[in-house]
Amino acid sequence: MYKIAVIGDRQSIMGYDSLGLETFETNDAAEAAKLIVKLAETDFAVIYITEKLFSQIGDTVAVYRRKKLPAIIPIPGVSGNTGIGIKEIHAAVEKAVGSDIL
Amino acid sequence: MAVINVNPTRMELTNLKKKLNTARRGHKLLKDKRDELMRQFLDMVRENLALRQEVEQAIRDADTHMAIAASVMKKEQVETALMMPKQEIELDISDKNVMSVVIPKFHAEYKSSDENDIYPYGYAFTSGELDDAVKDLSDVFQKMIRLAEVEKSCQLMADEIEKTRRRVNALEHIMIPRYEETIKYITMKLEENERSTITRLMKVKEMMIEENYRKHSEQNVAQ
Repeated sequence: MYKIAVIGDRQSIMGYDSLGLETFETNDAAEAAKLIVKLAETDFAVIYITEKLFSQIGDTVAVYRRKKLPAIIPIPGVSGNTGIGIKEIHAAVEKAVGSDIL
Repeated sequence: MAVINVNPTRMELTNLKKKLNTARRGHKLLKDKRDELMRQFLDMVRENLALRQEVEQAIRDADTHMAIAASVMKKEQVETALMMPKQEIELDISDKNVMSVVIPKFHAEYKSSDENDIYPYGYAFTSGELDDAVKDLSDVFQKMIRLAEVEKSCQLMADEIEKTRRRVNALEHIMIPRYEETIKYITMKLEENERSTITRLMKVKEMMIEENYRKHSEQNVAQ
């Protein structure tokens, strides 16, 4: 049985509580990185994280990019959105095709 | 192009020919793999982009509703209202193999009996905006799961495509030409050796005939 986590600031993740997802509140990038490492060791298959934090912990995210689980997915938060989710898709295309054709 | 450093013997030649054959077959297979992966990747990445835009928009809407709710209600009230979820989510994972890339498939289901029973609070102390926010998120949830699946698949496939492309290029532009060059080199060397043997034999034959002729003429003189 796998679980789903949501990481971000209080305001951004409040709503996911009601969906039954497990929320972890943090505003600090280093703390978020540690949290991801910890969650990845247990049975969390999907980790949603606010774009603001996601863009600050590129190193940690890169470690899990090649692994099957967990999937670390950026979602927009209340503030500090960078559009990194879309950028990541373009980066993947560029990596696979050689140039961004989308 | 560099020739591999080998002894120009017949044995090496046979070995190299075998290797060249394998390399060519591998190259063809890998090329097919790359093309098929690329086709599936492009389909998937387009879905990924569309899904992401949709999900992000829905989450922004939910955030707006939440912000309004938070402004009409006390912060603590909002938090308490959302704290205890009514729904429990069960996430199952199965694997799918796409051209030897193992990608996960997520299946999320609500454990609770009524899927529409999403509001984890009584309506007495909450504002309608909070209902909207919860509804928005609940509606987009299955899409969020699908987004996670597609995005992960895209990352894994992009990785594999890059690897495969490198291999295809290495075989096409380095390994195969190198083998071809070496085979050509050995063949030429062997032919050269053969020619020199023939010339040597001809020379020896000529010398022997001359020798014989000389002996015969000496004998004739003696008689």
